[in-house]
Amino acid sequence: MTAMDAGPGVELASAAIGAPRRGRGRNASLVVGAVIVGLLIVMALLSFVWTPHDPTLVDASARLRNPSAEYWFGTDKFGRDVFSQIMVGSQTALFVGVAAVGVAALVGVPLGIVAGMGPRWVGEALMRFNDLLLAFPALLLAIMFAAVYGGSTLVAMIAIGIASIPNFARLVRSGTLQVMRTEYVLAARAAGRHPFGIGLRHVLPNVSGLVVVQASVGFAIAVLAEAALSFLGFGTPPPTPTWGRMLQSSQELLWEAPRLAVFPGVAIAVAVLGFNMLGDGLRDYLDPKLEDR
Amino acid sequence: MLLRLLRRTSVFLASLVVSSIAVFGFMAVLPGDPARVALGVDASASAVRRLRAEFGLDRPLVNQYASWVHGLVTFHLGDSYVSRAAIGPQIADRIQVTLWLAVTAMVIAVVIAVPVGTVMAMRHRRLSGLLLSGLSQVGVAVPAFLAGILLITLFAVRLRWLPANGWTPPAANPRMFFEQLVLPAFSLGVVQAAVLTRYVRSAVLDVLREDYLRTARAKGLRPAQALVRHGLRNAAIPVVTMLALQLATLLVGAVVVERVFVIPGLGSLLLDSVANRDLIVVQDVVMILVVAVLVVNFAVDLLYVAIDPRLRTGTS
Repeated sequence: MTAMDAGPGVELASAAIGAPRRGRGRNASLVVGAVIVGLLIVMALLSFVWTPHDPTLVDASARLRNPSAEYWFGTDKFGRDVFSQIMVGSQTALFVGVAAVGVAALVGVPLGIVAGMGPRWVGEALMRFNDLLLAFPALLLAIMFAAVYGGSTLVAMIAIGIASIPNFARLVRSGTLQVMRTEYVLAARAAGRHPFGIGLRHVLPNVSGLVVVQASVGFAIAVLAEAALSFLGFGTPPPTPTWGRMLQSSQELLWEAPRLAVFPGVAIAVAVLGFNMLGDGLRDYLDPKLEDR
Repeated sequence: MLLRLLRRTSVFLASLVVSSIAVFGFMAVLPGDPARVALGVDASASAVRRLRAEFGLDRPLVNQYASWVHGLVTFHLGDSYVSRAAIGPQIADRIQVTLWLAVTAMVIAVVIAVPVGTVMAMRHRRLSGLLLSGLSQVGVAVPAFLAGILLITLFAVRLRWLPANGWTPPAANPRMFFEQLVLPAFSLGVVQAAVLTRYVRSAVLDVLREDYLRTARAKGLRPAQALVRHGLRNAAIPVVTMLALQLATLLVGAVVVERVFVIPGLGSLLLDSVANRDLIVVQDVVMILVVAVLVVNFAVDLLYVAIDPRLRTGTS
């Protein structure tokens, strides 16, 4: 976020972890990350068919209840069950993440490969374009979109997706440059293979590990950005619960019920932590050879 | 060296032009006509026409773009379509507020991240290093606005040490200014610090493996001495880069944190303008934020040359 940058963690994929990180560190990161992300996905899927209560049901008689056997995380000022809202909120977080990472990868990966394979000036031009995009963080883009179209899930997805393109493009370009220096690519070129074929046959499979890692980190960034957007009121409109808006509406009740801020806050932080750790773990697991150093 | 400088400068200028065209084009091409958006859907066609004529929206786009850029450069930004207030002075006031917030946060981030990241690197195989790494991993996962809400809950609601929100100009009441600045600046700064520590750690780890550091140790310096005398300057380059790249995150984080703490900065102006459908102000503020990011990135490019003598000779 910080939001957003939206996003802290932008560069984590490529540089944050130094080389001496073998053994237990690697495995722990991967396992913990995978478990958190797995639980998150299960929670989101489960919430389609079952939640303890209707998350949008307003019940004046059950306002601001403390956590109990009936309301695990208590209720908000409208008497809505907080746990059910957290469950349904994970749908929005994951949905926006999938779409944003999809947009970013679909544009960024080809861009990075072309920038890495093409003539020098093409690579330079694409990377300058990339730098320019970096000056437009997700939140800023989303605010621009929202100024004209109003806030919506679609606006959040597109804005976060566009803002995440540079992360993919830069990473894939550096991977492509390494692959292009290998002898099998030289052999393929000597054999007269079309550059498109080389890109598809040799480059893409070899950079796919990088893409998977970046996708995981991209998810973390998307969750942060989506939370910030719905916190500001530019995300998915009510009554669909989102973690960001739950936090926003908790703010006026910090004196009476600070727990209303804690639950969605922990949900956001744990989700982001899970995707970041999964990304870290995957990087060490998948890609010993395409490391930065 | 001169060539490098010229190239960087032209890339910077080109970025300014392209991004201004992008922002302008985005706002101009979108279906919502600013006058229509400002007046609302119920406005009569003649009222919309009058507003369009008054603010020059009926002129060709090229002319509109030219006068917008001219306004930005000379800081004569004209009046808002909605409030009719002059935009320039408003933005000037707000920028000061946001700068206080962002700069303080940046300082907090550096002051925390450099020592913590260095310790993390020097003890990366020990428990203390691993614990700090884990802590920074958690910090990265916490958005600034969440940190803000948690800090308010603890220091304003529970302990009642600091005000929960508000803003006082430093000249009006320095004590109050400081008290109100602490929580928002820490919300932004601590989160930035978490991200930054990881880069400091990684940069210091790289330096620790260098030959010249082993030489320094061999001539009798203790690890910390060797690092301070020979290592930190080299580790500074990636860290400074990261610091600059984080500026965009920081400014955007400030937008949200200003909302949390009810601070009248640039971010609040932006969000209020969106709420009031004041598109011209949105366009101006977005452009100013983008220019700020581009200027800082350019400045960092120049700073490299100052930090790294190798770049000065032009051999690389």
